Amino acid sequence: MSPSESLRIAIKLKHKSFSLDLDLSLPLQGISVLFGPSGSGKTSLLRCLAGLERARGLIQLGMEYWLDSERHVFKPTWQRQIGYVFQEASLFEHLNVYENLTFGLKRVRISGQSPGLQDSVKLLGIEHLLNRQVQHLSGGERQRVAIARALATQPKLLLLDEPLASIDVSRRREVLPWLEGLHDALKMPVVYVTHAVDELARLADHLVLLNQGRVSASGPIDEISRSQALALAIGEEAGIVSHAVVLHRDEANHLVQLQFASGSVWVRDQGLSIGRKVRIRILARDISLTKTVQEDTTIQNHLWGRIESVETFQHPAQALVRVRCEQEVLLANVTYRSLKRLALGPGSLVWCQVKSVALIL
Amino acid sequence: MNFFNDAWPAIALTLKLAGLSSGMLLIIATPIAWWLSQTSSVWRKPIAALITLPLVLPPTVLGFYILVMLGPQGWLGGLTQSLGLGVLSFSFTGLLIGSLIFSLPFAVQPIQYAFEAMGKRPLEVAATLRASPVDAFFSVALPLAKPGLLTATVLSFAHTIGEFGVVLMIGGNIPGQTRVVSTQIYGYVESMAYEQAHLLSAVMLLFSFLVLLALGQLKSRHDKVLT
Repeated sequence: MSPSESLRIAIKLKHKSFSLDLDLSLPLQGISVLFGPSGSGKTSLLRCLAGLERARGLIQLGMEYWLDSERHVFKPTWQRQIGYVFQEASLFEHLNVYENLTFGLKRVRISGQSPGLQDSVKLLGIEHLLNRQVQHLSGGERQRVAIARALATQPKLLLLDEPLASIDVSRRREVLPWLEGLHDALKMPVVYVTHAVDELARLADHLVLLNQGRVSASGPIDEISRSQALALAIGEEAGIVSHAVVLHRDEANHLVQLQFASGSVWVRDQGLSIGRKVRIRILARDISLTKTVQEDTTIQNHLWGRIESVETFQHPAQALVRVRCEQEVLLANVTYRSLKRLALGPGSLVWCQVKSVALIL
Repeated sequence: MNFFNDAWPAIALTLKLAGLSSGMLLIIATPIAWWLSQTSSVWRKPIAALITLPLVLPPTVLGFYILVMLGPQGWLGGLTQSLGLGVLSFSFTGLLIGSLIFSLPFAVQPIQYAFEAMGKRPLEVAATLRASPVDAFFSVALPLAKPGLLTATVLSFAHTIGEFGVVLMIGGNIPGQTRVVSTQIYGYVESMAYEQAHLLSAVMLLFSFLVLLALGQLKSRHDKVLT
């Protein structure tokens, strides 16, 4: 990535019990997810990007310097063209929804009729809330207003700090589809902090894995979802995320065939058109390995490949097996005993039986 | 003694003193409260203690020091004399200065609590929405601290009206200049005019009750807006 097309972050931050030390380049498009356990520095990193925390080092958005300690450059938060959504929707309690939405607009001298405001109101589906007092909104509605407010100023960088964390699980459905909508609609880069694996699988184009203030992996989601580091971080939910295309429809059986880098799989037909791009997620625990292709099984997705590596995973009995199928790797979570029984190891040719494929639109 | 001839100037003077000092205190106390709520300076605690002193000191002690300060030998007295303003003790201005100092904690504390309860988050949000620190103070911090500002005004107003000791020490008891309701009542009692003392005391009682009632009303209306 050349500097003009990336968000370069090379910073050090020291607190009493915690330090951040990283060097990272994020693409200037799509959603970059910062993922890691609590205390890994996700929020601190986001706050440094916003200028709410003052780190030492370099933060460079395209050709713009927001922080350059060596040259004593520090742009204060209010001069950075950002949108920031906090964990709990921090709407101004003394203003109604419309006044909250236009608070930032007034300060960037865009009129209330700006496309930024109208688009963001429509994008988050809050047209009917404009005249409400913020005290009368549900948690999900508040967060949608907060996101629209951040978007209305048409920032150069949108920062979201676990926007779903403060919302009841049942209410998340009020927000997550809107967030997925942002994915296609926004041209600006988004940095999204979360520790929820489903949000990561649904939203991430680029993934940064943080641990104790350091970067343990960073790259496109298709690549990082196959890494040992992420598998270890998410344990039971380890699995690959891959981009796929709808290839073929079996109308009689209500199934569609998806093509991805490791072959093709059949999933339930949800009315997707042929050629539509989707993403799929296959959990390591949903893949089992066989030496010959099984005909007498109800499992219908079989992918052929060669074992690249075998590593202990979570428990001494468990192995995480990387199987290269065509261009890409699948992860399978199996026991060492079955590997021994079948005499499987690096280099062996195997069939991966895929029990379940999650389709993410 | 004609009740209205003595009582009315005292009531008018009391309202003038209370109105001026609560108004001026709002302007003086807000920046102090803001500083106390935001700073992590080592001076924070000593200054907070200094401002709280009038809450615990006997009014006569406070009044005595202010009197000395304002008098011809005091530093403020010296200053006012060199400026050709004369000595401020036993004058309305002196009384006003005294009551500003005396009611300061009643104005600072509610505002400070309001700023502290608000936390840093609203200001951070304002900054991410391009508001400069000064802009954020006026457009976010002050409106959110409104209940605190209101409480501060009413408390310092009511407290000034109820003050006696400091007034007596600094102002003496000059009719029309420094004689306020509380000292007027004292005067009535001294001269055995119990009937007038009763009447004026009843006025004070009713007034104080109404002020507190109004404060309660304003607060509950504000709370309703917020819930």
